[in-house]
Amino acid sequence: MYQPTSSSFRENSRTALADTNLRQAMERGGATFQGKRRLAIDALPEFDRLRDRGRAIKDHVLDHLDYYLETFERNATAAGGQVHWARDAEEARQHVLKICRSVNARTVNKGKTMIAEEIDLNDFLEQHDIAPVETDLGEYIIQLRHERPSHIIAPAVHLTKDQVADTFRATHDHLDPRRPLDEPSSLVAEARAVLRRKYFEAEVGITGANFLVAETGSSIIVTNEGNGDLSQLLPRVHIVLASLEKVVPTLEDASTLLRLLARSATGQEMSVYTTFSTGPRRPGDLDGPEQYHVILLDNGRTSMLGTEFQEMLRCIRCGACMNHCPVYKAVGGHSYGWVYVGPMGAVLTPQFVGIDEAGHLPDASTFCGRCESVCPMHIPLPKLMRKWREQAFAEGRVAGRFRAGLAIWAFFARRPALYQAVTGLQMRLLGALGRRRGRFRRLPMAKGWTTYRDLPAPQGRTFQQQWAARGGAR
Amino acid sequence: MSDSRAQILGAVRSALGRTEPRAAADRATLDRQLAAHPRNLIPARADLPPAERLDLFQHYAEKAASTVERVADMAAVPQAVADYLRRENLPAKLVMAPDPSLDAAPWDSQPLLERRRGKPAPEDQVGLSSMFAAVAETGSLIALSGPDHPSTLNFLPETHIVVLPAARVTGSYEDVWDKLRAQQTDATLPRTVNMITGPSLSGDIEQTLQHGAHGPRRLHILLVGDGSA
Amino acid sequence: MPGEATSNNPRIGLFVTCLVDLFRPSVGFAAVGLLQQAGCDVVVPRAQTCCGQPAYNAGDRSDAAAIARQVIAAFAGFDYVVAPSGSCAGMIKHHYPALLADDPAWAPRAAALAERTRELVSFLVDIRGLKAVDAAYAGTATYHDSCSGLRELSVKDQPRQLLATVAGLHLRELPGAEVCCGFGGTFCIKYPDISNRMLEEKSADILATGADTLLAGDLGCLMNMAGKLQRTGNDIHVRHVAEVLAGMCDEPPIGES
Repeated sequence: MYQPTSSSFRENSRTALADTNLRQAMERGGATFQGKRRLAIDALPEFDRLRDRGRAIKDHVLDHLDYYLETFERNATAAGGQVHWARDAEEARQHVLKICRSVNARTVNKGKTMIAEEIDLNDFLEQHDIAPVETDLGEYIIQLRHERPSHIIAPAVHLTKDQVADTFRATHDHLDPRRPLDEPSSLVAEARAVLRRKYFEAEVGITGANFLVAETGSSIIVTNEGNGDLSQLLPRVHIVLASLEKVVPTLEDASTLLRLLARSATGQEMSVYTTFSTGPRRPGDLDGPEQYHVILLDNGRTSMLGTEFQEMLRCIRCGACMNHCPVYKAVGGHSYGWVYVGPMGAVLTPQFVGIDEAGHLPDASTFCGRCESVCPMHIPLPKLMRKWREQAFAEGRVAGRFRAGLAIWAFFARRPALYQAVTGLQMRLLGALGRRRGRFRRLPMAKGWTTYRDLPAPQGRTFQQQWAARGGAR
Repeated sequence: MSDSRAQILGAVRSALGRTEPRAAADRATLDRQLAAHPRNLIPARADLPPAERLDLFQHYAEKAASTVERVADMAAVPQAVADYLRRENLPAKLVMAPDPSLDAAPWDSQPLLERRRGKPAPEDQVGLSSMFAAVAETGSLIALSGPDHPSTLNFLPETHIVVLPAARVTGSYEDVWDKLRAQQTDATLPRTVNMITGPSLSGDIEQTLQHGAHGPRRLHILLVGDGSA
Repeated sequence: MPGEATSNNPRIGLFVTCLVDLFRPSVGFAAVGLLQQAGCDVVVPRAQTCCGQPAYNAGDRSDAAAIARQVIAAFAGFDYVVAPSGSCAGMIKHHYPALLADDPAWAPRAAALAERTRELVSFLVDIRGLKAVDAAYAGTATYHDSCSGLRELSVKDQPRQLLATVAGLHLRELPGAEVCCGFGGTFCIKYPDISNRMLEEKSADILATGADTLLAGDLGCLMNMAGKLQRTGNDIHVRHVAEVLAGMCDEPPIGES
């Protein structure tokens, strides 16, 4: 199990804020993604109507999820594929292991899959003497660095090219140590050459799935590099890791969602490679895997169905929410302490690791709403974060001091006459104290505020007092 | 493990407040919808007369860093291929899909062009294949796997040359699905359907776009004819 | 209950907001002035404190709902309820109905109040059709779009339209104007380090405009940004947009004396 460090979010984020490389990388990443998305959406006048349609498709699927899963299974099986059901991470890992062992696999190539992170597959495979090779460039870089993805579609977004160059020099020790690695192009070329050899060694290729198509029993992956394709075409066995909510009814529905995905994610009209995989290779085919397995993972998703968190199951993992989140930009993905990061991670992580462990995640948001405004699936992310806060509050998990402060405030806020009498006195005092400078540099009760900023002084008499004094209408 | 299947489906049903078996009428409705596979909203830009559709295809293909060359007919293809390889300083040697429609071209007119039919080997630099269809909406190519079309041709060689008869350029993805369903004898798809929009790309290093991360560095499309035939 | 009607003008219940009430009453008077210019009669119900957001966003539904009921009762019977804040107006308009959805007695009243609630500047432009203001301000200003107003209430063009009619004022667009300043209510004291980073970036953007005045429509964001700009030794003046639109800039800018 990927041990979460979400409860250390505060400490994680402090470390992250002090990391100048991270700051540089995140500023570049955020600006690039935001600008490209904007251009792509401006070029498609139907985008907002497509969002509505996309939401309707997903809502329909979730309302009939049993039907679509069974239909997918039937059609995938009819095409010669094998479908395996996994209630949890352990069961999914065992399915993978069993399949790998059936072909004596020593090496497994992996296309990018967040489900593999969710079930912590790499460590598990290594423990069983199977070498997982990440083939997505970003995933490959972080695998070399023994890190986790910090973004769901750009796993190495937290790194600068100099850090990548250092990593390659340290690990590709068969190459000339003095070779130039100053440009991204030379880094990409080196990774291509190194990984090219590995593609032909693996017995098993594992990919994720952006969608499953019930109508045809197909899985779909969307990539730019082509690594997911080589990973599934060259080995004998292709394993697809997919969570339940990935299923969509028809090719037409998948098309609608594809129109939303790339534009929201990278700002492309379409990603370079969108691949529909259906069963194993057919008689006469010149390439392709001999076996095709789909592992359908629940891992807590059915417990979100029928609750207010069901809306989160519409997520198509585009990453737009994190690309536009100022908190994510400030602290980077690793601060979130588990697989899913940014606003979508703040909603999902408590579901997987518990609100006790992950309570900071939904708490650390200004509710600025930018995530919801860019979500192609109209997921009300702030609302769902607030739901977690409500649960934490109801269960008494809110820090005592904060809770007490809130209680005192609420006591007065619910008694307007008392509130006005007390605040009237307070503001008069505070106003008098602050009159000379107009602000406070330090204030005993407001350290959280005054550590980083001055506190403007109140003008003195409250509006209510002045309105009353003027005899204003009540 | 069928235990897990039953448990997961049971959990889905109880979460949705649904009993099993599902009402027959309900299932019939869903079956009908699936069989009808109605189209959703399709962007207006996909709906163009053939000539403009080709222009739109070329526009978006080039936007995605494909190169597009118009050639009059299949007879002009071998010469165009040879010229392209020369222009790009590539060896006059390629592996091509064993596709009868490609065989129709007069390859003998290019005696210096070395050709091999079949699936690509790691050392192959240039691959050539034709496409089942293309989509003007985003400049995407549609490749189907099959005995005539190894899918690895789309990914292994550094340079991918595509022969695309103009009549195969459709407006939208949905047009492709209709065309595909019409030719399939059963409900299932070929093992691999690739939608390809430009050469391989990675933005994983500082979000700078680099071509040829794993798949082809160059994607050259020979758009054959004007689609009127 | 609200006072008697004295004219055919629409009767507006002014939701002052807690921060304006306590810290910057001049914004409240600017709002009153603007509403009167726009032909409204303004009433200020006494039984108001705060919209309840601190409780609501902390997950404390029961206090939030109690405060919501109090506001609903105090503001029944007006033609419109107007707040000089997108955040508080958004709370009443969008979140009260959600908060009281399961309360059969209060849900319809919450919906009725939501229907009539508006943020000040968008009310002036969208409902009252105000095209210009009678105000002057000598300076170059930049405008920050506060999140709730922008995304919950579509307050974007209205303040810019009216600011364009202020004599002597030159408006320079703020890059990233729609990015949160890091205030977020209790967020800024619960996660001060993250809030500070967001605020640093916002400050840098503001300073890069070269404007001498920063305007916005929410006092929480304004106090946050003013506090940072002043802590870091910058003398840019910070004001609520209503003060400039009302031509009521007699009081020193936020955080100044």
